[in-house]
Amino acid sequence: MGQLSRSMTIVRKNMVIYYLKGPVIIFGVLIPAFFFLAFIMGRKDLPLSFLMAGLTSMTVFFTATSVSPVIMPWEAQMNTLERLIVSPISTASLLMGDVISSVIFSLLITLIPLALTMILRVTITDIPIFFLSVLISAICFSALGMVMAAPKTNIPSNIMMLASLIKFPLVFISGIFVPIEAMPPWGLLIASISPLTYLMDAVRYSLGGYHHYPLAMDMGMLLIFTAIFSVVAVKLHSRNIPRRI
Amino acid sequence: MVLEVRNLSKKFGDLVAVDGISFSVNRGEIFGFLGPNGAGKTTTLRMLTGIIKPDSGSIKLLGYDMKKDPIRVKERIGVVPENANPYIDMTAWQNMMITCGLYDLTGREAEEKSAEVLKDFGLYDRRDQKVKGFSKGMKQRLVLSMALVHDPEFLFLDEPTSGLDVRSSLIIVDKLKELSEEDKTIFLTTHNMWEAEKLCERIAIMNRGRIITVNRPDVLRKTTEGLRRVEILFDKKISPEDLQGYIKVDEVEGEKVIVECEDLDPVLTGISSFIMDSKGKVKVRSFNTVTPSLEEVFLKISEG
Repeated sequence: MGQLSRSMTIVRKNMVIYYLKGPVIIFGVLIPAFFFLAFIMGRKDLPLSFLMAGLTSMTVFFTATSVSPVIMPWEAQMNTLERLIVSPISTASLLMGDVISSVIFSLLITLIPLALTMILRVTITDIPIFFLSVLISAICFSALGMVMAAPKTNIPSNIMMLASLIKFPLVFISGIFVPIEAMPPWGLLIASISPLTYLMDAVRYSLGGYHHYPLAMDMGMLLIFTAIFSVVAVKLHSRNIPRRI
Repeated sequence: MVLEVRNLSKKFGDLVAVDGISFSVNRGEIFGFLGPNGAGKTTTLRMLTGIIKPDSGSIKLLGYDMKKDPIRVKERIGVVPENANPYIDMTAWQNMMITCGLYDLTGREAEEKSAEVLKDFGLYDRRDQKVKGFSKGMKQRLVLSMALVHDPEFLFLDEPTSGLDVRSSLIIVDKLKELSEEDKTIFLTTHNMWEAEKLCERIAIMNRGRIITVNRPDVLRKTTEGLRRVEILFDKKISPEDLQGYIKVDEVEGEKVIVECEDLDPVLTGISSFIMDSKGKVKVRSFNTVTPSLEEVFLKISEG
């Protein structure tokens, strides 16, 4: 119970400090919005349910990976990290706090595409799957963000640059701009290694559209990716946090 | 004994930062940790507070093994790291509440304890202001308040008054004395000799990763009696050549001649002979012996 309440303290701290930081707003809110606008202007032939699934998936992905990567380098740069790690919080609990605050930010911003989906009268045919896939993905991508934050640089912009190198290619290979059913076999193979593919597939299903993988596989793969990213993040940060100071 | 360190070592690549040090600290003691830059003080403190893991050796703090029970130890210690900052985008009060949350203090208890320490450090009236507008001294007092809010038994401080204004330094030094009277144990690394001499019951001097000596400040001074300085003020300028054959001069400052010696007798005899031989042409206005400051002791020991 002690460690959980300490994680929640980290959440409160992150909400006050990091939600309104410039890079978080730019990479978490503005970039997916610009991507979406550019995309719908070029692809008016695609069904609305596909477009909304893409916008929702992109929003979850970009928002969840916008908060978590910047926290560690920011704390180290501002000389606040050392005080945190001399307090009785384990590295896993510290990271859990960062992940939870990232998930909350992601879910709050994802309300925007959800509202847009309703305004545009796109029906959510499977509400539980929609919310479950969004929730698991927000955790998964936040954990991925923590992996991105692991290199021991204390300059947040370096981490943002590195994160962009991982995030942008993932958006293009995950069936968001090119429907997965239109991909060649090699494209499908590449798409299968991206966790974003499984979110997009599950959201398309819940909006009454085509879906390529069985639903259980979408959820299972998201959970597996979450577990892998979490374990890797704890291992890397346990090693690198003392080196940041 | 509340802290027992045995054969503690840490290497960074080829550099041996801490080389098999052993020492202990008693309950209620203020223990000073001195040494030049790069001596290994901060690395030692970071191992003692669980930030970095030692390559070898053991740390037993408040009855717990730091390697096996770091969380239990951290619950009972307070730490003021050298370059730690509070969160500048938060108010002083928000910083206190976040710290309370990390030490399982909640609700009324957290508010009462926070108010108490902020009052002690003269920050209560500024509690609702963002830390961004605080001076360096105020930030340091806030960091100390954060380190003390959970009433730790053992306090680690790394250069707590370094670069601070006089008021903040005095508030901190007074608070440390008060804490020591309350039977709290304090481990203090510092460059400030005045602070170390005034506060510490025992001092360890570290250089090149090793502890050279651990002792009381007055005992340390006695071990360097050879550093005694004699300052003789004449009524006119005297050159070292004039005193040749009488005493060995180390420094001349205007009419003042400075001699460093282990034994006073030859200096007194030499000066008497010089005055007699001058047949009244030269007079001595004052003759002072100066005992070594802790700073001189520190320099001599750490150089040796």
